[in-house]
Amino acid sequence: MKPLHELTIQEVHEGYRNHTFTCVQLVQHFLDRIKKYNPRLNIYLALNEHALEQAAAVDREIVEKGIDRELLGIPLAIKDNFLTTGLTTTASSYILKGFMPQYDSTVTEKLLAAGAIFLGKTNMDSFAHGSSTETSDFGPTLNPWNPKHLPGGSSGGSAAAIAAQLATAALGSETAGSIRQPAAWVGITGFKPTYGRSSRYGVIAMASSTDSPGPLARTVADAALITQVIAGQDAKDATTSPLPVENYLGSLNKPDLQGLKIALVKEYLLPEMRSDVKELILAAADKLRSLGATVEEISLMDPQYAIGVYTVVQRSEVSSNLSRFDGIRFGHDRSAFGQETKRRIMLGTYTLSAGYYDAFYKKAQAVRTKIIEEFAEVFKTYDAVIGAVSPGPALPIGATKDQPMFGEMEDILVEASSIAGLTSAGIPCGFVDGLPIGLQITCDQFQEEKALMIADCYQQNTSFNLFPDLDQTL
Amino acid sequence: MKITPLIGLEVHLELETKSKMFCGCPADHFGKKPNTQTCPVCLGLPGALPVPNKKAIESCLQIGLALQCSINTISKFDRKQYFYPDLAKGYQISQYDEPFCSDGFLFLDSGKKIGIERVHLEEDTGKLQHKTLNGQKVTLVDYNRGGVPLVEIVSRPDLSSSAEAKEFLKKIHEIIRALGVSSVDLEKGQMRLEPTVNLCLENEIGSHYTPLVEIKNINSFNFASQAIEFEITRQAEEFSQTGIEKSSTNKTTRGYDAVKKNTFLQRSKEEAKDYRYFPEPDIPPFIIDAGYVEKLRQKLPLLPDQEIANLEKLGIDKKDAKILVSSNNQVALQTIKDYSTNSIVDIQKLASLIVNGKISIPVIASDSAAIQKSIISQYCDLTKIGTTDRGELEKVVREVLATHPGLVAEYQGGKASLAGFFVGQAMKATRGTADPQTLASLVADLLS
Repeated sequence: MKPLHELTIQEVHEGYRNHTFTCVQLVQHFLDRIKKYNPRLNIYLALNEHALEQAAAVDREIVEKGIDRELLGIPLAIKDNFLTTGLTTTASSYILKGFMPQYDSTVTEKLLAAGAIFLGKTNMDSFAHGSSTETSDFGPTLNPWNPKHLPGGSSGGSAAAIAAQLATAALGSETAGSIRQPAAWVGITGFKPTYGRSSRYGVIAMASSTDSPGPLARTVADAALITQVIAGQDAKDATTSPLPVENYLGSLNKPDLQGLKIALVKEYLLPEMRSDVKELILAAADKLRSLGATVEEISLMDPQYAIGVYTVVQRSEVSSNLSRFDGIRFGHDRSAFGQETKRRIMLGTYTLSAGYYDAFYKKAQAVRTKIIEEFAEVFKTYDAVIGAVSPGPALPIGATKDQPMFGEMEDILVEASSIAGLTSAGIPCGFVDGLPIGLQITCDQFQEEKALMIADCYQQNTSFNLFPDLDQTL
Repeated sequence: MKITPLIGLEVHLELETKSKMFCGCPADHFGKKPNTQTCPVCLGLPGALPVPNKKAIESCLQIGLALQCSINTISKFDRKQYFYPDLAKGYQISQYDEPFCSDGFLFLDSGKKIGIERVHLEEDTGKLQHKTLNGQKVTLVDYNRGGVPLVEIVSRPDLSSSAEAKEFLKKIHEIIRALGVSSVDLEKGQMRLEPTVNLCLENEIGSHYTPLVEIKNINSFNFASQAIEFEITRQAEEFSQTGIEKSSTNKTTRGYDAVKKNTFLQRSKEEAKDYRYFPEPDIPPFIIDAGYVEKLRQKLPLLPDQEIANLEKLGIDKKDAKILVSSNNQVALQTIKDYSTNSIVDIQKLASLIVNGKISIPVIASDSAAIQKSIISQYCDLTKIGTTDRGELEKVVREVLATHPGLVAEYQGGKASLAGFFVGQAMKATRGTADPQTLASLVADLLS
């Protein structure tokens, strides 16, 4: 039998059904691993002290009723920007150090209602301001494949928790690359639902107009199951869509991709991109072709424009969203804000100032509309757009130092799809220098089913979905 | 030198919706224990999101329609950012460049048309209480009011005297009451007034404009009027000394001291605020359907000016009609309407008796039929219809007979018992106030 930490959600449920192991054993197994590896990797910021009690309750429920909840007894790692009663929630910022939420976020509430057990809260870039987890006020998380490297971010802790096998699955959130990029850097599956598909209520806001909660998981199937649970309209989030949620699991396990048209964006094979990374993406395109899809090269707006738009819109929203941390409440004054946070507040305050608003924010929104229209045009012909998630593999620790635009440069290939509110899967497609590389499969808004279907088919027909042996890598 | 004051008004109105503007907490905050009507949304806790109150938007649109505004097809909320401890999120959700309603107007009694620039919706702030606790000066915050729906009406600077301003405010007050969206109690802060004043001074060289002054948060029509009066004098004097004219940067904000009856400087241009407005990303824009607006328009109640015109058509003096409408006594108004075709009640006289307080209207009785009966009975007493006034009663009896020609013929054909019926009908028409014997003799006389 496979070790417990290597099991997918489905395999855990099989184990419960066959009484191969109990939920208490599984949770204890993860707690033991966390105790062993977390001090080095710095993935968990807070652990759920009641996890074992909750696991015992799950075991009783299984005896009494069997498994009739989608995530019953599934140990999850939760990014620290989701409000969870009973578990401190800091968004990895000193200003919220020790903050105990008064209510639960809608998506974590849904996960709990589906029977999940939260192992703890995971490290992230402070207030999600970054793509490295290095801007966390509680120190960086290390990449489980090579601790000299970053895990990416901002959901770096949740991504590393899956790569290091310190949870069965994890919850993250993406504003622009914050799920897909760390998933790519640690070689796991990440899925960003369409903006408005999963509720933002109770998620410490970063950029309100792009934040999307989504899963980080061992497989596309696991990601699909978690998305199924968290998706849907929320009366507490006016930006969630009333569209019915499709059956994501039902779309999986397709034998081929016959009849699908996929676009490979020329501009996303950046001139400065390493040739071995480019080759992996072209190989992935060939793989999709061999599975029956038509893959054609297309041209899109230079991704650098998306960076400009995203930087202005995101900083503006950040400067506003963080104004509630006014030093009067929540216990800490504003000097507790980290450098990157202060930098973003200042830039955002500037771009919204009288006289600059038209030049920056309004212009950025106009370009954003162009990007949205451009994608809409592409999706008239193509089912999906593919490309690399990141220009290269995980960068070394310290790479963000004196690089205020670090995140944006690393997220150049995911920002356009984020500001257009699209859905996108990030899955491993190979390795360079012993570090994983991620492929993104992006579909039109509310086409989660299709993106998951393609990603699942690719994943089941490739063998890049590997996990590091921590005793070797650390 | 000719001096023309240019006065614009900003009026804030708290709506009396069940719940707050963006959350489910009760909106009725007056006199409630501090911080008992709050939730993550109106406390601005991390992660909380606003969900707009449909009823409040409907009320805002009704106000816009009543003020002859056009309802904008596309509208949105914006964030207005400033720091103040009573503002939980560090920004107020308001409307900037796409308000729900714009370009309306209202007529003063003189026939002067006052432009309404916009009517928009926003949220109220919390309330600060400055106290001494255990010998220490402290400021406490009560968030019960935070997030209560607030409508802002902005007029164009078309008013040219304190009297016009006061009339305008009274009219707004009556309209809001007629719409039933707020009781606009000024003492409870449900209506707050902010006049903006400057002067146009004309001499042989040309026209000069004094710098704009906004007077903040006044809660009485008289204070608003006094503050405007004071500003007109002050600005004229200041201009004669300094000659400083209005520019895009020299608008100032002043407060009104009701005791000293003067205004005082609160904020000058150096401290001018930059609110860094931008579209509220947590609330998608609204597309307002023309059919929906039309339905709202049709549902509008009779507005004060229309009601006054209708009363005038019934023959009631304009002065009395205005007092009746502004008193907002629905039973009195209904009684007048009900008796407008009744031959024995002179409704002009009835209206005048009500307006002059000769007829007292019971306020405790909840049954409007009983109130109406009391009004009519007082009217009859005062106008001496009843026991002795044979002339008045003759009119009633004649009308009864005229409406029953068949029965009259039967009576005259010998069916004498019908006399009782005629008396009964006449009694009914006078609501039981007539003397039955006078009626009986009238019936007998008129049919003989």
